[in-house]
Amino acid sequence: MIESPSERLVGDRLKVGYKDTSLVLDDVTVSVPEGSFTVILGPNACGKSTILRTLGRLLKPRAGVVTLDGQDIARMKTRELAKSLALLPQSPSVPEGISVQNLVARGRFPHQSLMSQWSPEDEGAITEAMRVTAVDHLAHRPVDTLSGGQRQRVWISLVLAQETGLLLLDEPTTYLDVTHQVEILKLLERLRASGRTVVAVLHELNQAARFATDMVTMKDGKVVAVGTPEEIITEENMRAIYGLESRVIEDPDTGKPVVLPR
Amino acid sequence: MSAPAVHRRSESAGTSREPRYLSLRLGRLSRRIALSHLVTAAILGVVGVVILFTALSLGDTILPLDRVLGAFMPEASRLDHKVVVEWRAPRALAALVFGACLGVSGALFQSLTSNALGSPDIIGLNTGAYSGVLLVITFGGTGYLAYAAGAVAGGLVTAAIIYLLAYSRGLQGFRLIIVGIAVSAMLSSANTWFIVKADLDLALRAAVWGAGTLNGLRWEPLLWAGGVALVVALLLPWLNRRVGGLELGDDTATMLGVRVESSKLALVVIGVIMTALVTAVTGPISFIALAAPQIAQRIRPNGGSLDLLGSALMGMILLAGADLVAQHLIPAASVPVGAVTVCIGGLYLVWLLIREGRRA
Repeated sequence: MIESPSERLVGDRLKVGYKDTSLVLDDVTVSVPEGSFTVILGPNACGKSTILRTLGRLLKPRAGVVTLDGQDIARMKTRELAKSLALLPQSPSVPEGISVQNLVARGRFPHQSLMSQWSPEDEGAITEAMRVTAVDHLAHRPVDTLSGGQRQRVWISLVLAQETGLLLLDEPTTYLDVTHQVEILKLLERLRASGRTVVAVLHELNQAARFATDMVTMKDGKVVAVGTPEEIITEENMRAIYGLESRVIEDPDTGKPVVLPR
Repeated sequence: MSAPAVHRRSESAGTSREPRYLSLRLGRLSRRIALSHLVTAAILGVVGVVILFTALSLGDTILPLDRVLGAFMPEASRLDHKVVVEWRAPRALAALVFGACLGVSGALFQSLTSNALGSPDIIGLNTGAYSGVLLVITFGGTGYLAYAAGAVAGGLVTAAIIYLLAYSRGLQGFRLIIVGIAVSAMLSSANTWFIVKADLDLALRAAVWGAGTLNGLRWEPLLWAGGVALVVALLLPWLNRRVGGLELGDDTATMLGVRVESSKLALVVIGVIMTALVTAVTGPISFIALAAPQIAQRIRPNGGSLDLLGSALMGMILLAGADLVAQHLIPAASVPVGAVTVCIGGLYLVWLLIREGRRA
């Protein structure tokens, strides 16, 4: 078992499949280092959402374990786990007419009880989450009237209000225009810089290369390569993972690799 | 920092005013309540009380308010006591209590299915409860408790059947509604078949009961039903918290630490009990559960999701109001309240279907 103190979340030899179909993940081992911005990459249907959902205990593996700080998450109380790990699914539903603040407040569920539903801690966490994601000025607007980018920030605000050290996000930038994509990634980068561990499934290679500290690439339900963006984003890997002929150059400003498809 | 401030004002202008909240903190107890919800609830409560007193005072002899109040005193005349306390009060209170039960049941199921059409009367739980009572009548059961047992059992069995038929990788609201409508249609034809085939005496009893009426209601069944409803209602704050997570989708709810399947099961059981309690006493009353939560949601200034208190109060007003109409609109005849709610509710359902059709 690969585990060192710096690895917070580890999926060890996971086999995952839906119902009686063949395995979507076959013997996959991944680990998320503490304080990293880990991006999971790969072509469509390679199992990247599946691995994220398994790490976030939305899917139960047929074999293998997911451990959080060395503890098997299948044995943790669901509420205790919800205080350490938050996952933003791809398309959560928005109750009709709910205001931004009321939605964000629902992120406090694991911290609340029948008695205590608006403690000073709740209020502080909600205010802070809305400030960080810059949705505080929208607090009383109905979520269904917001733009896609604003809405995504509201959802991130909800998982922040949950006050977990670990954030898992399933394609947080899909369906957004490029300005908002970058805005969301910069927000995630700030969250990482302030001490959280971020894991995200992303599609856009160059954005991933720019913001990730660690990368996990997948193909056909298996992990192909793990490493820093510089190690992963190479012409060979692009060919091996995506079947893409490309040139990889260095971003003149950030020094990060940039993929130019050929 | 002045520029963002201007920006803020323009962005929030016009769409919604900033709601005011009361923060309640007492030791470990803490709550936040929107002032507008309190005001709405208070207004609905007052309307309910007005309807209650109207119902107590109207009838063959119209009693002024002081005689209505006086009838509850020990020195009241025997006639006043009989008319107000024994005849009118149980019916008027039942309309309020049962309306509240139906409103809550509707809110729970609409929340479960995240669809305005997903109320117990549409998905066939009423019909199932009716079938349960018909079975009880067939086997010679009489009295409220036998009916109530039949109704709750019928409702739960129906819910279980719908659940099993609609279940596929978790519970999906829309599937559940479609399956529910189908099951409801089958059960109601079975119910009709029973009434046609059963011997006249039984059929008559079943048909009278099946109209959905509060006519001739006395204290005993009201106290039974009200008592059970009250006990079940104590679970609602516990359930309400989980529903707040469920409304965000199963994945998000799980992620927040809500135990999704067991919360849904609790929701179904409580919803069925709420609707079956009423059905057992009055027979099936449609559309209150369908309409009350939706109206409650729309009259609230700041929208938002499930509102159990508002739905209960609105259900109260709708059923009690409908029963006033049923009793007094046509002076010579006493129409079953179920007929009135079907008439009003039918119109509402047509509007709702058109609206949902446009949205989809």
